[in-house]
Amino acid sequence: MSNLALPLARRRPKSVLPGFGLTLGLTLTWLSLIVLLPMVGLFAKTSELTFSRFLAIVTAERTVHALQVSFGLSLAAAAVNAVLGLIVVWVLVRYEFPFRRVVDAIVDIPFALPTAVAGIALTAIYAENGWVGSLLAPLGIQVAFTPLGIMVALVFIGLPFVVRTVQPVLADLNQELEEASASLGASRWQTLWRVVLPSIGPSLVTGFALAFARGVGEYGSVIFIAGNLPGVSEIAPLLIVIRLEEFRYADATAIAVVMLLASFALLAIINGLQRWSERRGRAG
Amino acid sequence: MSIDIVGVTKQFKTFTALDNVSLQINSGELVALLGPSGSGKTTLLRIIAGLDWPDQGEVRFDGEDALSRSVRERNVGFVFQHYALFRHLTVFENVAFGLRVRRGPAKLPEASIRARVNELLSLVQIDWLSDRYPAQLSGGQRQRVALARALAISPKVLLLDEPFGALDAKVRKELRRWLRHLHEEMPVTSVLVTHDQEEALEVSDRIVVMGRGKIEQVGAPVDVYQNPATAFVHDFIGETVRLPGEARGGSLFLKGQPLGLDAQGVGDGPAQILARPHEVELAPPENAPFAGKVLALRVFGPNRRADVEIASDQGMMVVEASVPLDRDISVGARVGLLPHRYRVFAATA
Repeated sequence: MSNLALPLARRRPKSVLPGFGLTLGLTLTWLSLIVLLPMVGLFAKTSELTFSRFLAIVTAERTVHALQVSFGLSLAAAAVNAVLGLIVVWVLVRYEFPFRRVVDAIVDIPFALPTAVAGIALTAIYAENGWVGSLLAPLGIQVAFTPLGIMVALVFIGLPFVVRTVQPVLADLNQELEEASASLGASRWQTLWRVVLPSIGPSLVTGFALAFARGVGEYGSVIFIAGNLPGVSEIAPLLIVIRLEEFRYADATAIAVVMLLASFALLAIINGLQRWSERRGRAG
Repeated sequence: MSIDIVGVTKQFKTFTALDNVSLQINSGELVALLGPSGSGKTTLLRIIAGLDWPDQGEVRFDGEDALSRSVRERNVGFVFQHYALFRHLTVFENVAFGLRVRRGPAKLPEASIRARVNELLSLVQIDWLSDRYPAQLSGGQRQRVALARALAISPKVLLLDEPFGALDAKVRKELRRWLRHLHEEMPVTSVLVTHDQEEALEVSDRIVVMGRGKIEQVGAPVDVYQNPATAFVHDFIGETVRLPGEARGGSLFLKGQPLGLDAQGVGDGPAQILARPHEVELAPPENAPFAGKVLALRVFGPNRRADVEIASDQGMMVVEASVPLDRDISVGARVGLLPHRYRVFAATA
């Protein structure tokens, strides 16, 4: 009996969590089908181009500008969301007020609303004859059909990412930390800056990254409000669609590859930043 | 600094956490607030700290009103049960926190901050951990950091909320000895909240026993243990054997039979006779005030415990008595119980 049991035990180390092989297999298969395969297709299509042609496409003035608009405004919108989203979180977590649950639910609207609907609604409001647009027009501020309009759309769709990421972390934050800080003589502002923000920092960075990633890929809500002027308010995803409609598939995938790599690089930086700030809090 | 608490009442919705509590704490004293959970001891501590405010009453530091000052203006060191360390800061920076947030003339130069923090870290014997983060420390080490952090602001009052409650028994014992030692070296007025009687008895100069929002007794540890003022205190501190009886004209009776015990001034009516287990001796049933059948026997460290069933006016009741190991008794035997030291209180309810 023991002779038989020994090699068996050696072959299959015991684990409290069985099913590793099965679940890992499923995970890899699924990820390959859903994520990896389309990406391979993307690179395969792009490889039809010669390298000089690829360079010419991605360094064309219109492409560069579209990429600048997409990445620049996404970063800006994510930054705005990080600040304003944090305030929304603070209010939702820290105060009791009537209709708090309603306000909490409103945050999710950008998740649920079809992006085209959001784009049309925002355009209607921010156009020169819209509710908000007509108030801003006399001040010389034009929102709809300008890069500012794109930013408004990106802030709209990115907000819930920040709120939903930071909210549970702030809710879990031990109130005693703030009491300890106050008992040590810190002002409310010092407590916020030195205790609360560092504690929720990693989640805020994650929320920022999610809002940014969402903004870079956003298409539906932006194209209605952007005006889509090449070289001014044209986003990279739109340029890709335009190239597709012109049947210049390889051109489209070339821009897509650049977007993919740039997004990947930026998210890697953000992830690194987050891990660094988390490591300071846990083990090092 | 002395602390005066006068007529403090605090209500949480329908629950009365503190009911007209008055207490005087002398300068340099270490006082333990001892009581079961829900007795209001933590609420009282938080009111002294300025983390909660009473509905009624006064709190005075050295005769000056403290309630008009916020927690950051009271200069109190507060130590939390679960440490409440800043996990994104090193041990050194945790301790330095209270010095770094100072503004204006109170602000210290960097060199003084470093010197002060190093001094405190060696005082709490963890100077070798100064670069670690809280997550890398054991519970005992974390509580030392929390204590050093609270002491860094040179507090006039040190408030400790169940500081050793989350630690294992051995570390707890070691830390409370050390805290007592620290207090003798640095006699800051200290208030310690605990539900652990052993901790209160060992560490404090005076014990304040609290129950259901009221102070039951204030006294030196020996006093509180040996002369409990109420049945609650007797029951809460140390082990208690509860025997039935009725007071009549200065004597005690059970089912109309005289027990031969003194009523200790308790007025006529149902009484309870409380004693420590080791003060209740086994005796021949015919010579003892109480007699009953042994239901069960347990070995309990150096001695044995016997569950003895006694008939009382309210029916049968089970009393736990201490039995010497060499005493030969068995389950089912009839034994007598003779309390040679006991306290009598009027029976409530």
